[in-house]
Amino acid sequence: MSIPLDSALDLLRLQAAGEVTAEQIVAAAFDSIRRTEAEVHAFTYLAEEEAFQAAREVDQKRSRGEPLGPLAGIPIAVKDVLCTRDMPTTCSSRMLQNFRPPYDATVVRKLREADAVLVGKTNMDEFAMGASTETSALGITRNPWDLTRTPGGSSGGAAAVVAAGNVPLSLGTDTGGSIRQPAAFCGITGLKPTYGRCSRFGLIAFASSLDQVGPLAWSVADAALLMNVIGGFDPRDSTSLDLPAVDYRAAAATPDLRGLKVGVIREAVDHEGLDPAIRDAVLETMTICRDAGAELIDVRLPHSRFGVPAYYVVAPCEASSNLSRYDGAHYGYRGEPDANRSAEIGPLAATYCRSRAEGFGPEVKRRILMGTYALSTGYFDAYYLKALKARRLIRGDYDTAFAQADVLLGPTTPSPAFRLGEKVDDPIQMYLCDLFTVGANLAGIPALSIPGGTSPDSLPVGVQLQGPPLGEPQLLRVAAAIQARTDFHRRRPNR
Amino acid sequence: MTSVVTDRYPFLTVIGLEVHAQLKTRTKLFCRCENRFGAAPNTQVCPVCLGLPGALPVINRQAIDLAIRSGLALNCEIPPLTKWDRKQYFYPDLPKGYQISQFDLPICAAGFLDIADPAVESSVRRIGIIRAHLEEDAGKSMHDELAGRTDSRIDLNRCGTPLLEIVSEPDLRSAAEAKAYLSELKLLLTHLDVSDCEMQEGSLRVDANVNLWIETPGGRVATPIAEIKNMNSFRSVERAIQYEAERQYLAWQETGKTIRTESKTTRGWDDTREQTFPQREKEESADYRYFPDPDLLPVRIPREQIEALRESLGDLPAATRQRLESSYQIKPYDADVIVNQGPAMIRYFETVADTAGDGKRASNWIQQDVMRTLKERGETIATFPISAASLGDLLRRVVAGSLDNARARNVFAQMLHSGESVAATIAALGIEVVDSSALDSLCRELLDANPQVVDDFRNGKQQALGSLIGQARKANPNASPQLVRETLLRIVQTL
Repeated sequence: MSIPLDSALDLLRLQAAGEVTAEQIVAAAFDSIRRTEAEVHAFTYLAEEEAFQAAREVDQKRSRGEPLGPLAGIPIAVKDVLCTRDMPTTCSSRMLQNFRPPYDATVVRKLREADAVLVGKTNMDEFAMGASTETSALGITRNPWDLTRTPGGSSGGAAAVVAAGNVPLSLGTDTGGSIRQPAAFCGITGLKPTYGRCSRFGLIAFASSLDQVGPLAWSVADAALLMNVIGGFDPRDSTSLDLPAVDYRAAAATPDLRGLKVGVIREAVDHEGLDPAIRDAVLETMTICRDAGAELIDVRLPHSRFGVPAYYVVAPCEASSNLSRYDGAHYGYRGEPDANRSAEIGPLAATYCRSRAEGFGPEVKRRILMGTYALSTGYFDAYYLKALKARRLIRGDYDTAFAQADVLLGPTTPSPAFRLGEKVDDPIQMYLCDLFTVGANLAGIPALSIPGGTSPDSLPVGVQLQGPPLGEPQLLRVAAAIQARTDFHRRRPNR
Repeated sequence: MTSVVTDRYPFLTVIGLEVHAQLKTRTKLFCRCENRFGAAPNTQVCPVCLGLPGALPVINRQAIDLAIRSGLALNCEIPPLTKWDRKQYFYPDLPKGYQISQFDLPICAAGFLDIADPAVESSVRRIGIIRAHLEEDAGKSMHDELAGRTDSRIDLNRCGTPLLEIVSEPDLRSAAEAKAYLSELKLLLTHLDVSDCEMQEGSLRVDANVNLWIETPGGRVATPIAEIKNMNSFRSVERAIQYEAERQYLAWQETGKTIRTESKTTRGWDDTREQTFPQREKEESADYRYFPDPDLLPVRIPREQIEALRESLGDLPAATRQRLESSYQIKPYDADVIVNQGPAMIRYFETVADTAGDGKRASNWIQQDVMRTLKERGETIATFPISAASLGDLLRRVVAGSLDNARARNVFAQMLHSGESVAATIAALGIEVVDSSALDSLCRELLDANPQVVDDFRNGKQQALGSLIGQARKANPNASPQLVRETLLRIVQTL
């Protein structure tokens, strides 16, 4: 029989029915990886032996009648920004190319405790800085729908392994759209939860006040399944929310929108830079929501135009600080300074400079420089404090909008997946990819992207749903209702 | 012609002190590593205090409590909200590349500390406290001084140890005042049991900001401020300030440079040469790029918590001095000596005085016998072999007259070695209480045998009885000289 590597829920059912074993599933996953990886190059590390071992343990547990976790035998890939104690954790950077953390990220530990099978680590933009996975020091990843195009970023590898049919689930992280944009480019579902829903412990920080872990999957139901495992309070993350557990699967199982108000974001839908195919997808999704019983209203986010500029101050400021620890002194890449430089500025400073010059790529350096500049005496008020003010205004816009609507609908990205190399030398164009996604990070609200249509080039396009803080249940409910009435999430790349 | 000032004008030394006190928390400030001095290098560490990628800080509530207790004892305002900021600089003993500290919202705001004026007896000087804030300590760099070695070793055990930085107003006016301030501050913090305050162990570190106000015929002139570091005892603080004041006066005479023309400089203290010397500045002008730490939430300090901590303070040293004077009728000087030994000694004294029923005698014995022994042995009262109850018992017998001081000292010396009770020691030494009839007959025998002495006495030579006291002691070593004298006097008058 063929093993449905595109549905975690199906794999759970088949195992429960005794029709397939976890070991067979893992074997199928690695067969699939072997078929696609040479072209797609989505992984930075494969843990085949450990995965088979974990799968066999699941099968043994099942045969002994022991209780099994909610992800028993499900192969899953993890973005290489999350610490794993038995695999390298590189952030796709030369700086951490040989770094093996002595501990698991909390979300990774939860995956293991849920009996999931970790197959490996996925490629990303270096330190999650980028929107195309092209800033990776470990090679580019290609979009399974069109190998000349980017899978998006920074969680490009995590989206590509799902789209390529390697595994049904992956974990990404989203600082300014890094789960949702690759999900949109790869025709899958990606959720960025409310800031604080998932522990950041063991998530290698890019911008601490914006980073959030989240699931990638074909369907809303599978994403909800994964959310049930990774969500929840962690005493080791001070910014994690101490709230009762939420059953995201139950929320995704109510595909009826009667009584719900869906707000259409005018600034986004009417944006002149929006690709017509994506606008059409949003308009079609509006109709579907109305058919499912929702009331449609227009909402405005008047300060959303400050989103990208504010984001590109706050995120680099925090990044410049978070990345200070990579100095070559304690772990990671250490450069050897030449004698002249050592004599000039001392061997310590020369080692710092050389390690960081050689360990970081150009995009990371660009952001460290921007952040260092914006936090410096004389510029702090004009940049950092101003950006925080914009952030408050943006949050205020959302508060107003959510007083009127239960969820907001709009595009995820201005365009479908662009060609590899197209924007890599133009940082401003690359930053504008985040136009519709940064708002949710700046406001700390949940947002997800689901497939909503197809471009004239047969590329998938995404539509974005945003909810109020802790509004994941209603987001998942709306997304599930849409998926119950459409088949975009069932389309697969032609292989 | 250069104008060289040769007249000696009067000047004031203006001193502000920055004190770093290590707090006695069970664990470190942001992780669960033990907060312990003296462990093998790099053994008291974890991913959090090592600053490993992905690790996150979680505030230690005990450190907050200790900081508030200290602040309340320093008459500080405790604001309802405090927050954490990152102070950023590169150094190998700072593995994150930033120190978590407090910038604009310290946990303790304006307060003061009253100290005894070293220049005027029974006069008090009120020294302003600008602020006291919590921060994490860095590790220790050990620069290898073996010939030809250029490498350094780093011990990160101290990383993340909680420090309270207490910043005084520049209210101190002499080296003696600076020393008095430090002594009182140390007493207060040890009394509260929040810090050990051992400069040699580094649990108390002092930086002194020093300049002069010189009263010239043309008005007051202020010399440039120097910050003095590397002082490792109260005595070296005193000496360094004395040296620096003289140096600044001479420098002003020579160069005429003032606070208006020169920025602050940093100087080290050389304890063997007894000189301050210029230290290399960290950077041209250090820009620490402080910004709020996004990994930690601001901390709300509820009124009730502050009031509960205020209740728990008990008697502070100043109040304790007064209480000892009035409750035990001891002199201010004696109360000061006892209180300055810290809470353990205060408790010891009170138990001894209460048991003996004589505060003055307790005070004398503690200052002469106990403290001398402690000094000889280099011990503290906590490990002193004679308990307060035992010493009280011993002194009670002296008060009751059943032991004389000389015998009591014998008992004390014996107890120091044996650790036995008073009763057991008295028995072991063969000391018995001589009953009054035995004493009577002994005295009568002596008077009968020495008619010459009786005659001398009757002729007004009181001291004649002295020779009989010696004989009585020879006949019965347990006879108390005082009681023998009283008995002789009583009998001789009836003869």
